[in-house]
Amino acid sequence: MNDHAHESHDHHHEESFVSKYIFSLDHKMIGKQFLIFGLIMFMVGGGLAMLFRWQLAWPDKPLPIIGVSKAYQEEGEVTTAADRKWEERFDDDKETWLETNMPSGVIDPAFFNSLFTMHATIMVFFVVVPLLVGAFGNFLIPLMIGTRDMAFPVLNMLSFWSNILGTIIMMAGFFVPSGHAAAGWTGYAPLSSVPELSGVDWGQNLWCISLIVMGISSLMGSINYITTIINMRAPGMTWFRLPLAIWALFIVAILLLLAFPVVASALALILFDRMAGTSFFAAAGGGEPLLWQHLFWFFAHPEVYILILPGMGMASEMLPVFARKPIFGYKSMVFAMIAIAFLSWIVWGHHMFQSGMNPALGLSFMTTTMLIAVPSAIKTFNWLGTLHRASIRFTVPMLNVLAFISMFVIGGLSGIFMANAPVDIYIHDTYFIVAHIHYVVFGGSVFAIFGGIFYWFPKMYGRHMNATLGKIHFWISFLAFNGVFFPMHILGVGGHMRRIANPMQYEFLQQMQPISAQPINVFITVCAFILGVAQFLLLINVFWSIFRGKVAEQNPWQATTLEWHAPTPVPHGNFDAIPHVYHGPYEYSVPDAEADWIPQTQPNGESEHGEGEPVPAGATAD
Amino acid sequence: MNELEHTSYERTEGASHRPISNARLAVLVLLGAEIMFFAGLIGTFLVFRLGSVTWPPPSQADVRLPIGITGLNTIVLLLSGYTVFQGLRAIRQDRQRELRNWLFATGLLGIIFLVVQGSEWVRLVHHGFTLSSGVYGSVFYVLIGCHALHVLVAVLWLLAVFAKTVAGRFSGNHYVGVEVCAIYWAFVVVLWPLLYVLVYLI
Repeated sequence: MNDHAHESHDHHHEESFVSKYIFSLDHKMIGKQFLIFGLIMFMVGGGLAMLFRWQLAWPDKPLPIIGVSKAYQEEGEVTTAADRKWEERFDDDKETWLETNMPSGVIDPAFFNSLFTMHATIMVFFVVVPLLVGAFGNFLIPLMIGTRDMAFPVLNMLSFWSNILGTIIMMAGFFVPSGHAAAGWTGYAPLSSVPELSGVDWGQNLWCISLIVMGISSLMGSINYITTIINMRAPGMTWFRLPLAIWALFIVAILLLLAFPVVASALALILFDRMAGTSFFAAAGGGEPLLWQHLFWFFAHPEVYILILPGMGMASEMLPVFARKPIFGYKSMVFAMIAIAFLSWIVWGHHMFQSGMNPALGLSFMTTTMLIAVPSAIKTFNWLGTLHRASIRFTVPMLNVLAFISMFVIGGLSGIFMANAPVDIYIHDTYFIVAHIHYVVFGGSVFAIFGGIFYWFPKMYGRHMNATLGKIHFWISFLAFNGVFFPMHILGVGGHMRRIANPMQYEFLQQMQPISAQPINVFITVCAFILGVAQFLLLINVFWSIFRGKVAEQNPWQATTLEWHAPTPVPHGNFDAIPHVYHGPYEYSVPDAEADWIPQTQPNGESEHGEGEPVPAGATAD
Repeated sequence: MNELEHTSYERTEGASHRPISNARLAVLVLLGAEIMFFAGLIGTFLVFRLGSVTWPPPSQADVRLPIGITGLNTIVLLLSGYTVFQGLRAIRQDRQRELRNWLFATGLLGIIFLVVQGSEWVRLVHHGFTLSSGVYGSVFYVLIGCHALHVLVAVLWLLAVFAKTVAGRFSGNHYVGVEVCAIYWAFVVVLWPLLYVLVYLI
């Protein structure tokens, strides 16, 4: 079914533009396609956030530039070009898209619901998963395990293009009558299953269909990843010589494989309810609205770890390189990830403490949730152990990884609050949870993605990204990120609910102590705009460096793993000859070695390690 | 070194040296996803089944599912599981002609199963029992329908394998295409008695 033999002997065969850049079967090109796709969707999802942040800071004020002026809003006096444009729009008979969703440039409350729904949907399913699993998974797995391509290249290509199909379906939802899905990214029934309740018709249908297509896309990806990692490792690449990024991606592939079909079945049930008159979630026909929450969170809690585990793996990859030390406790890192993945299946109820659950059941979910703190803490302390007394190189990837670790700790700690059923009663569905999820997914995963892009860019494109621009991007993003999400903890504890278009309609929020929620929201929004604009620095850096960046050598970071053993730029078929692996992946600062590191491919085993901890598999080599 | 290079190449890229070939592994992984898909649907069924005092619910109390004929149909499907593995055994011993006959029998049994299921559905719909007949109708048609869809996919897959068999593409050394199809077929067959017991009998 897969046959690489013809490729390995012909590294220079000519390909047409279409087969090289569009319907490519090469895992590296598919990885790059996912990278560019993810970055574009990152800007789309971020743009939606900018819109609703404006509404939250200045409720019902027209947007700048495209909105009408104050004079026009109050007295109907046309003073700006935007005023004139809006007057024309109102005068003609057609109801345009802008008029429906933001009349006069003011965001309509129904559109606000679509905005936060789609912001989360896009960021989770179209940005973080495609970047972490699609881009880095595709690019790194064959290179790091030492093989020429994925097990099923055609399936890999189909995975990317079904992902594009899902995106087109999802984006089409913005332009159907009655607007896009507005039931939150969690799509709680019956809001999502009964069209009359949300007033959204085809938007919600397309949301369901698109997510099913995305599920099929990640199913194809998972099959490929699992098969490739099990079957196609280079000789000598034992399980405990696998880089942690590969371990993470392997575990994530299993989670995706087993979790997505569950939500696919639930999404199909929603579609049946909406379109075929079934009554799975409608109490009137004997249905059960809570069933959706169970099915959804049974998928979505593993999904949360799908979002963070690859980031953990990539951070574990970059940290030893720039600390010039072996990762602290390699095996405990692997088992911690396996433990997290296992626990993620039995904690879904902690999202439903407020949904009406038997208190005994709530207690058991609370306990299993708390247990996740143990493997998470093992990982965190291992990272700190790696940094301890290291000669750290503060490169751009390293800065992003350090941000990842510290932000993940904050996000992890705030998670413990919510894991407590009694505490959760108070902060459930407030901005506290918004802060928590963003500290983990943005502060965690996205900073790991930033670091990963910088770190592997030289191997992907054969050129370096600009380090100065990278540092500027990092510091602005890091400070603005904390400016956006830290105050949300305070808002949340003050009782600020999430998903409301105009928080200032509530007196207790206006008079929140010690300061009103309004100036906090303004501060958050200003920081959000800075954060949003800063991402253009990343985009500029990526696209400029693809063509104009400093040409990279084969192994610019002096890293040990196999992808740096491949020539740069990596040819079709990856390696001149399949490498033979003799060492674990993190042999840095090795005593008595010539350099301070030993690549995994270095044949002689003469430099034995006295303090054996970080030598994961050397002893059991065949 | 050259020797080593050669053997290592074989070990990573030669399918015969792996404990399990890529295609077999992939179809097993796929079945993991399929099992979770049906776990979601069966879970849904159990939530309603265990959550109601009487089953079928009072509003659908007069619905009688065709237990007898579906029971016979169950035997038909189980028989197809036997024939497909006889086919696999035949090709393992390079008996291509036998494989063709066994696959033909399997496909026929699969189609009979689908036709009987379909005609029973038509009968039920005529009695006024439809998708929108409350939650009882919803779970019945969606759960059984999803299985029928899987049987249909399996039949189409089997027909493709059958066409290749007629063209003489499989032999005692090369039968992975038959094997992965047979694994999938087995999944569809093994799943059915579980659904039959859950939906029709209890």
